Amino acid sequence: MRLDVKKTYKLFIAGDFPRSESGRSYEVKDRKGNFIANPAQASRKDLRDAVLAARNAHSSWASATAFNRGQILYRIAEIMEGRSEQFVSEIMAMESVSSKQAQTQVGEAIDTWVWYAGWSDKISTVAGSTNPVAGPFFNFTVAEPLGVVGIVAEERSSLLGVVLGLAPVLAGGNCAVLLASQSRPLSAITLAECLATSDVPAGVVNILTGLGDELTPHLASHMEIDGLDLSGVDSKSATALRMSSVDNLKRVHSFTSEKSPERILSYMEYKTLWHPIGI
Amino acid sequence: MSALNLIDGSEASLRRFLQTLPGVDQIGAQERAAMLGTRSIKTTSKKWAIDRAISMIDLTTLEGADTAGKVRSLCSKALRPDPQDATVPHVGAVCVYSDMVGIARNHLDSIGGQDIPVAAVATAFPSGRASRKVKLQDSRDAISLGASEIDMVIDRGAFLSGQLGEVFDEIRAIKEICGDKVHLKVILETGELVTLDNVRKASYLAMLAGADFIKTSTGKVTPAATAPVVLVMLEAVRDFFEISQIRIGVKPAGGIRSTKDAIKQLVLANEIAGPHWLTPELFRIGASALLNDLLMQRMKLSTGRYSSVNYVTVD
Repeated sequence: MRLDVKKTYKLFIAGDFPRSESGRSYEVKDRKGNFIANPAQASRKDLRDAVLAARNAHSSWASATAFNRGQILYRIAEIMEGRSEQFVSEIMAMESVSSKQAQTQVGEAIDTWVWYAGWSDKISTVAGSTNPVAGPFFNFTVAEPLGVVGIVAEERSSLLGVVLGLAPVLAGGNCAVLLASQSRPLSAITLAECLATSDVPAGVVNILTGLGDELTPHLASHMEIDGLDLSGVDSKSATALRMSSVDNLKRVHSFTSEKSPERILSYMEYKTLWHPIGI
Repeated sequence: MSALNLIDGSEASLRRFLQTLPGVDQIGAQERAAMLGTRSIKTTSKKWAIDRAISMIDLTTLEGADTAGKVRSLCSKALRPDPQDATVPHVGAVCVYSDMVGIARNHLDSIGGQDIPVAAVATAFPSGRASRKVKLQDSRDAISLGASEIDMVIDRGAFLSGQLGEVFDEIRAIKEICGDKVHLKVILETGELVTLDNVRKASYLAMLAGADFIKTSTGKVTPAATAPVVLVMLEAVRDFFEISQIRIGVKPAGGIRSTKDAIKQLVLANEIAGPHWLTPELFRIGASALLNDLLMQRMKLSTGRYSSVNYVTVD
């Protein structure tokens, strides 16, 4: 007979797993009201630290080769595969689903990383172009990463929603600050443990757990955030968040849970270059 | 005053005096500095502290790659740190290498920054490895170009090998050149002094020799302005005031990059030396990147949303 060693679910900021700066945590329960865990309840200062970490990590992540980024995304899938049992049991506890349904979700989440890993070094070829111009110039249009993207993960599938939000953002060379589902945050933190051990540079992904109503307004108004994914926000709250995100012209999107190259391009911007011929 | 009468400038008398100083309780200093670092500052006090910290900054550029253009833009920023907000106070001083003093002074005068002093790092900054003659001439040059503050480095080699008289005489000689009009800041380079006992001794040595300010570091050596070091220096100026009735300033420099760090320094000054020291005349913060963070925090307080580095100048 031995005592269980329970995991403390913490935040993921700049490659570290801190508790909330505020010292708070909150209770997560399953559908029947049984206690599951006490994850950290992030404050707006934790959010600020996370955004700063993402900004600091951005230049090196964006300048890594697209091939290298793809390899790292694939590596995440490899590491997740080895942890799949843990994901399955957490999903079963949080979502009250059968083990088969949970396994399907974990499998889809891992496949999503692989799918976007492949897109990483192809997206600029597919989306970019060589443009005919009336003059002695080469004219290229290339897609470049936007910067820091704030994600409120879609929460019907607690793991898949997180991966569907993160993978396209990372594939495009952006850094992310992700707010995990308030009622089902455990998979996101376990995913963070995979990210921390799979060559993703510190700060490229930052994951916060806490109360959505408290954190999303700051996510929307923060001037350091360039794009927002509001897939996990209901349409009424989304309107207010869209309004407070206009100050720095954030790209705000909301997706249904589909993989698509458009999701990568939603957080990229086009740069057009003119280069004289023959010089 | 009685203790000070023992000192006639000879090495023997200096050594006698410095031996009377009690040793620093290193663990105690670290604990107290850490404890003061956890003070919670409420919004109204924070607003005050940010503006006060801005007015205490010695806005610094000390790179080999400094150009006249960079120094001029630094001066413009010193006068109007936030071009969109005229309520932001100007900084305490501009700090440059001695050959850039003329450019900085002329530019400040031409844009209405006559109140902002120009500080020059002199005496073979940052190593201090040059002959006395060169160091004196370096200081004279800076003053003749318009520097009203001189940041000198002490000869750490001499200090560490026990030639206290040598260090003392050098500070005194530079102070003579400075006279009453030009403020002398003495850089102890605490990162090279190894122990807090040495920091205390060097602080007294500088104050006895006529320093107007004692400054932690050049910014070229780490660790620089750590909280325990600043704490020991603040204790030194407080105790020195008790025996001499003279208030000496303190300038932490190096490694202070965030608003949080700056406010911690203000808390230290207030708690250790006292509220008298919370003015630019007695407390300065040597920094370059810090100003942007202070401005961003100031924007946060006025707009309610966190700002971005895209809204402050690069340098």
